[in-house]
Amino acid sequence: MPPIVRTLLTRGVPLLALYLVVLGLIGAGIIDAYWMATLALICVNIVLAVSLNLITGFTGQFSLGHAGFMAIGAYATAIISNAVAGPAGFLGGLLAGGVLAALVGFLIGLPTLRLRGDYLAIATLGMAEIIRVVFVNLDSVTNGAAGLTVTQNMDWNWFFVLTVGSVILIRNYLRSRQGRDAIAVREDEIAAESIGVDTTRAKVMSFTIGAFFGGLGGGMYASYFYFIKPDLFGFLKSIDILVIVVLGGLGSLSGSIIAAILLALISTLLQGFTEIRMILYALLLVVIMIFRPEGLMGSRELSLNVFSRLGRRRPALATAQAAPGASEAQGKGDER
Amino acid sequence: MKRTLSWLVAGALSLTALAGCSGTTAPSSAAGGGAAAGGDTVKVGLLFELTGNVASYGTAEANGAKMAAEEINAAGGVNGKKIQLVEYDTKSDTAETTTLAAKLMTQDKVVAIIGPATSGGMKAQIQLSAQNKVPIVSGSATADDLTVTNGKLNEYVFRTCFVDSYQGTVMAKYAASKLNAKTAVILKDTSSDYAKGLADAFDKQFKAGGGTVAATEAYTAKQTDFNAVLTKLKGQQFDVMYVPGYYEELGLIIKQARALGITAPITGGDGYESPKLAELAGSALTDVYYTNHYSATDTDPKVTAFIDAFKKKYNNATPEAFHALGYDTMKFVADSIKRAKSATGADVKAAMTETKGFSGVTGTFDVDPATHNPIKQATIIGYKDGKISVTEKFS
Amino acid sequence: MDQLAQQLINGLSLGSIYALIALGYTMVYGIIQLINFAHGDVYMVGAYVGFASMAILGLGVFESLALAMVTCMILGVVIERVAYKPLRNSTRIAVLITAIGVSLLLEYVMLYFVGAAVRSYPPLPDYFNAQFAVGGVVISAKSLIIIGVSVALMIGLQFIVQKTRIGKAMRAVSQDADAARLMGINVDNTISFTFALGSALAGAAGVLVGIYYNTINPLMGIMPGLKAFVAAVFGGIGLIPGALIGGYFIGVTETLVSGYFSSLLQDAVVFAILILVLIFKPAGLLGKNVREKV
Repeated sequence: MPPIVRTLLTRGVPLLALYLVVLGLIGAGIIDAYWMATLALICVNIVLAVSLNLITGFTGQFSLGHAGFMAIGAYATAIISNAVAGPAGFLGGLLAGGVLAALVGFLIGLPTLRLRGDYLAIATLGMAEIIRVVFVNLDSVTNGAAGLTVTQNMDWNWFFVLTVGSVILIRNYLRSRQGRDAIAVREDEIAAESIGVDTTRAKVMSFTIGAFFGGLGGGMYASYFYFIKPDLFGFLKSIDILVIVVLGGLGSLSGSIIAAILLALISTLLQGFTEIRMILYALLLVVIMIFRPEGLMGSRELSLNVFSRLGRRRPALATAQAAPGASEAQGKGDER
Repeated sequence: MKRTLSWLVAGALSLTALAGCSGTTAPSSAAGGGAAAGGDTVKVGLLFELTGNVASYGTAEANGAKMAAEEINAAGGVNGKKIQLVEYDTKSDTAETTTLAAKLMTQDKVVAIIGPATSGGMKAQIQLSAQNKVPIVSGSATADDLTVTNGKLNEYVFRTCFVDSYQGTVMAKYAASKLNAKTAVILKDTSSDYAKGLADAFDKQFKAGGGTVAATEAYTAKQTDFNAVLTKLKGQQFDVMYVPGYYEELGLIIKQARALGITAPITGGDGYESPKLAELAGSALTDVYYTNHYSATDTDPKVTAFIDAFKKKYNNATPEAFHALGYDTMKFVADSIKRAKSATGADVKAAMTETKGFSGVTGTFDVDPATHNPIKQATIIGYKDGKISVTEKFS
Repeated sequence: MDQLAQQLINGLSLGSIYALIALGYTMVYGIIQLINFAHGDVYMVGAYVGFASMAILGLGVFESLALAMVTCMILGVVIERVAYKPLRNSTRIAVLITAIGVSLLLEYVMLYFVGAAVRSYPPLPDYFNAQFAVGGVVISAKSLIIIGVSVALMIGLQFIVQKTRIGKAMRAVSQDADAARLMGINVDNTISFTFALGSALAGAAGVLVGIYYNTINPLMGIMPGLKAFVAAVFGGIGLIPGALIGGYFIGVTETLVSGYFSSLLQDAVVFAILILVLIFKPAGLLGKNVREKV
């Protein structure tokens, strides 16, 4: 089997199955508006967490301003898709949101990324705060603190394409030369520099790309949840995303995906206990850092390849049982 | 290792899905009380900010609504059916509001949703209300553009409170005629659309009435030091200050303004309504006037009966405007269900639109079919030396 | 002219608070290079302890101030021992995330127990409410007390750091922890002592704010905490006089910005200052630029 075909089979088939299963469940009315909203939130969180993971987990640059990028993406998408009806406005908005966020990320990253990591945390936090204040005061464009009503443009097809697409693009970036450079910077900046890695470039690249997908995540959010206002993109939003990344594992894309799903579940289970939820998040951060700083997954990846590996080790019958079972479980997990 | 891990994850995920399902099959039915089998009840959603940063408003309104539901059920329900409340917490988060509104409309199949308390929360479910044909009613979402957006009526959106522009207009008239003010300054909370709406309406009406607005300044929520901006305002000549916002900051603004020697009357809207205001401002709370939905010192028998019942149920606490509005909203919804042709969202909506002379604790009103806003009077409340000195209806 | 004088007094009162909090940041950063995010929340706890001591125990203002300082001192040491000490050899990111976790934990545990509503401090003795008018400028006794107490505490701190044995140990550990250990200094105890001192000052700031503004809530520590950090960075993080200057600078700047431009910009301006300082003079006003050691 040529590698390309194998890749398509091992990765494409389970993904396609997931897509079709959810599509079927939506058609059958099992996934109703409520489950769809939860699913949408999970997809948005996956994109946000994976992009923050690129910055913080893989490149080792601690950002506390991801909600700022999200805000830029959300507002750009909202304004453009409200002005231009149809898919053109909505897709153009998403793209513009991502690009704008990337631009801001580039401008803020270029000077601050040369500094030591902990200054970056505060600088990005300040940046997100400034972005929020700007949106509150840009009354004529953003409707200020009152917020904007947005047309709903996203459905499961778009969520699937954008979420899976984002994860694959970030994964491929990490496997490229630039991605390896970024990981080298995280491991040891001085050593990386001494073997010829342009560390500033690697950091700024990761930061800009992370910002782009942060903006995209914001755009996805705005296009589904009808309504945005500057308050939604405050410091706590950045923390929410950080918790997902830390829980899943700094440096594990699949970890971020699993954590996004798990935390959505926890949030639903704790529906009546919001205060406890925040206490739990806080404890989670401290306890994970002290006892399991690598998070759920560490820097390991759970690859869709497991299905093919299962297939190779077991007789055909077992594959037939194992693979659908696992992918169905994943499908169910995603419903949440 | 990797394989075990993947099985673990798969297991966790399916558990997640199962747990999620079972977790959601038991909505907390709050005041349903003696609700019998499904056919004898009519479901109403209560979707309020019970936690998060506007929890104080959401909780108050929810408690008022629950009390009303209990009274209605004790009196035999609506058309022989008991009201069953399905209550969720939006956590003051708009995405959560959208998600839970979808759940109330599609899974719990409520005929109407009461809440959330804020305009932002209401806006997060406008489109859902039209898609699912379920009316949504807030007791305190006062943003002008909530029921009519860009000139188009949102058919399924209602409220039982007057709108921002009305409050600002009323106070501008009151300041000009009763406080004899010729020149005003405005200090508004720009982090809330509510305060901005009030400020704009005040500005317009005050100028239309022949007055001048000498300066407009702004602050943001959660600020504690207003000395700088107040010092700046002190340099102006004015007869009245209009300061729309919420009591947490207003208590401090009043205190700091009086400490800096600003003696002009300070006026505002229903965000002043809280016992905390007097606590924060202390003896500085003098010459302060605000528009409100009702007054706890009103002697109308309807109001006194409500206050007595409330004190009995909630530990002798005095009900605030948000309690009263929540109470009225529930009664309004029940009244509409009673008049509706059938207990479906579309018919209840039609009945709401036709409301005439509904009489509640916060006043008697008709629903304006063109805007879905209630047409009602405001109450002016005035303070002197930390005590209420004025309560009068004004419009 | 009166207006400018009044604004300066407003700014100095506000700056005193920032300076007190900034001292804790700067000392902790100086000794273990950690941005102690939880510091702003220790200040919040101080405000609540002061409230409880006045409203429930019925103690006087200065007894409450002392009680809050002692409580926060203990809290600071506990946080250091439980959350930060196990991570002494971890990556910077790990420690920072822990610090954020501790900060959220303090905020939401407090929120859980006391609720989100603001509370107001009990009425104060009359001399607190006195006011003096100098020309058109109003000076309240509270402003004078807040500035006076802050300056007194900072002088005390400077004395401890410069003139005592433990102060000398603190300075030694901040220069080179390993060398200090070889010289027979108990590094762990010295770090704990630093946390104790910084937290006590934050506790004092909390009570002073409660007295000055008459309002406290569980999330009150976030913004002042961040601004105090900016103040510490501005003055040169790790330097005690720098924190002082930075605190007053940020306080006065903020007041002037909202007095002469718009109060909406004050937060944005503070963070813009931070970003500019980080770009052009990362070592701060008093700091020397040091290249990172290889």
